[in-house]
Amino acid sequence: MKAATAHAPATPKKKSVLAALEIDTRLLGMIGAFVVLCLAFNFFTDGRFLTPRNIFNLTIQTVSVAIMATGMVFIIVTRHIDLSVGSLLATCSAVMAMAQTAILPDLLGVGLDSPVVAALAIVVGLVCGTAIGAFQGWLVGYLVIPAFIVTLGGLLVWRNVAWYLTSGQTIGPLNETYLLFGGINGTLGETLSWAFALVATVAALWALVASRRNKVAHEMPVKPMWAESAIGVLIAVAIFGFVALLVAYEIPSGRLERIFEARGEVLPEGYSAGYGIPFSVLALIVLAVVLTTVARKTRFGRYVFATGGNPDAAELSGINTRMLTVKVFALMGFLCALSAVVASARLTNHTNDIGTLDELRVIAAAVIGGTALSGGVGTIYGAILGALIMQSLQSGMAMVGVDAPFQNIVVGMVLVVAVLVDILYRKRTGGKA
Amino acid sequence: MSTDRGTDRGQDRGAPLVELRDISIAFGGVQAVDHVTVDLYPGEVVGLLGHNGAGKSTLIKCLSGAYRMDSGEIRINGNKVEINNPRDARRHNIETIYQTLALADNLDASANLFLGREITNALGMIDEAQMEAETRRIMGRLNPNFRKFSAPVSALSGGQRQSVAIARAVYFNAKILIMDEPTAALGPQETQMVAELIDELKRQGLGIFLIDHDIHQVKQLCDRAAVMKNGQLVGIVKVDEVSEDDLLGMIIAGKRPEHLAA
Repeated sequence: MKAATAHAPATPKKKSVLAALEIDTRLLGMIGAFVVLCLAFNFFTDGRFLTPRNIFNLTIQTVSVAIMATGMVFIIVTRHIDLSVGSLLATCSAVMAMAQTAILPDLLGVGLDSPVVAALAIVVGLVCGTAIGAFQGWLVGYLVIPAFIVTLGGLLVWRNVAWYLTSGQTIGPLNETYLLFGGINGTLGETLSWAFALVATVAALWALVASRRNKVAHEMPVKPMWAESAIGVLIAVAIFGFVALLVAYEIPSGRLERIFEARGEVLPEGYSAGYGIPFSVLALIVLAVVLTTVARKTRFGRYVFATGGNPDAAELSGINTRMLTVKVFALMGFLCALSAVVASARLTNHTNDIGTLDELRVIAAAVIGGTALSGGVGTIYGAILGALIMQSLQSGMAMVGVDAPFQNIVVGMVLVVAVLVDILYRKRTGGKA
Repeated sequence: MSTDRGTDRGQDRGAPLVELRDISIAFGGVQAVDHVTVDLYPGEVVGLLGHNGAGKSTLIKCLSGAYRMDSGEIRINGNKVEINNPRDARRHNIETIYQTLALADNLDASANLFLGREITNALGMIDEAQMEAETRRIMGRLNPNFRKFSAPVSALSGGQRQSVAIARAVYFNAKILIMDEPTAALGPQETQMVAELIDELKRQGLGIFLIDHDIHQVKQLCDRAAVMKNGQLVGIVKVDEVSEDDLLGMIIAGKRPEHLAA
């Protein structure tokens, strides 16, 4: 959003470069903090932190929390909270694990590794997560029980429903196709990754042009052409740079040999291949784009933010805020289930403690990402960046060799300091604290 | 909907635009509104007067859909209607401008103006450029000095915020306007602006309920005044036939002025 220049005089002041680019300065600050963090870890690990291998691992470790954090943005923006996400993830994971190992193969009379089983299990999991989320939303919206209480109850209930469903056992190995969503077991490969980069860049540039054209058509002020081009170039560099990193992480030769063997071929001499974009990361990227569009361009998103800004005004404007609450919690439930697919596939089985303490990581990611607990403010990309920062902190400290208790102490302090910085920033820029 | 009644003034002819008949509503043991009947004609401003807690805001919230009345009926253009929520009220072209300025502070002017009725394109996406262009057009008419189109409304002054709220009602062709102390947060110049706006809306044939504490203002802006005390209607008078002291007497003592007492 543009900085509000009070009563702009007829001759506008010369704008700074940043103002002309209209980039969110808060986002810049976060990216800056992230870069400093990475460089520091890289220095203390003698260059092991910023290797393609570690960056690849960081991205796939971030996905599960990041997916839920995008939903938590909607929840917190409407002035609610969801403490049950980690437990809900466990229940969805348990349901999907039982479905694909114990129920569906018998029911359909197909093998454990049939792709149909994976697809059906995921659908069952998503429906289950959405339904549970909607139910909690109904308790909050229609029965007016505070979200804190409903989801605190949910934290206990769903954690133990998961336990009951699996009798506390680890369920695995999971379906082969299902495991593709775990990260390293399912990637796009080099060619498709580059193709994705190209398509994504073209789409982003097209969106820029379309937005500018629409503004010009309504005779509204637009950014100078150089600023628009600079943003276009930045986007292209960011997308290709990210894909280049993921492609640079090469599949170990032993594994390549096995892949070729499975196809009945022999690994050619000197052949190498990069992993490229993992399916889970691809899912997160698509989700981020879709949810950002939902937040900014749909009525649902607009109402979420309006309700967070002033619930009475939203209600008086004819918005059905109760139904909105149900929808927001249903979305959160859906995302918990999606996250459960990624989390359990990454572990290659369902464990009884899956998702434990995730609610705290998810809320922390959203809050570090600039979502205000007072409601009405938050971005999807901020939450994802927040999740990435949390994960980098955690694995960076592990790589440096910080003792486990100190790791958690640091993460806790970073959360508090991040919110303090955020409050100070908002005060200075005159926004809502 | 009935045909436009043009510039008909007063209650002398035509059917009333709104009739609130025998409205009652209680909260717990408190009878907030006690069998009150008020009507409103096109092109007329009816002031609702009374102390804090007299029930005037509560009465009007039954019309705007914020509260559900316990008993009584609402007629619009002579037809009985059910108003259970603000959406119902909007369907009957009833728009409310609240004392507390019902705007979402974190959104900009055009988002607030179109809140609940966004312009969408063929894909169902909000067309922000179109909305902002419409906002610029209507604000250019109502408040030409308004510039802060992309700032959240929390950055606006009281008068600017009020003009956004009024623009919202005007843009959506309100037939019945409810104003709850529309000038309470405004300076003298902005108050004058709102007064001119009310005159303009009257000329266009809208009916306006104006809730206010300020007797002087009610005398200036309104055609009739309905005075309430302790949830009951003291009386409805034409403001030209009473003095400010008469109105004050009605508010404080709950007595109709003697020269009007039948």
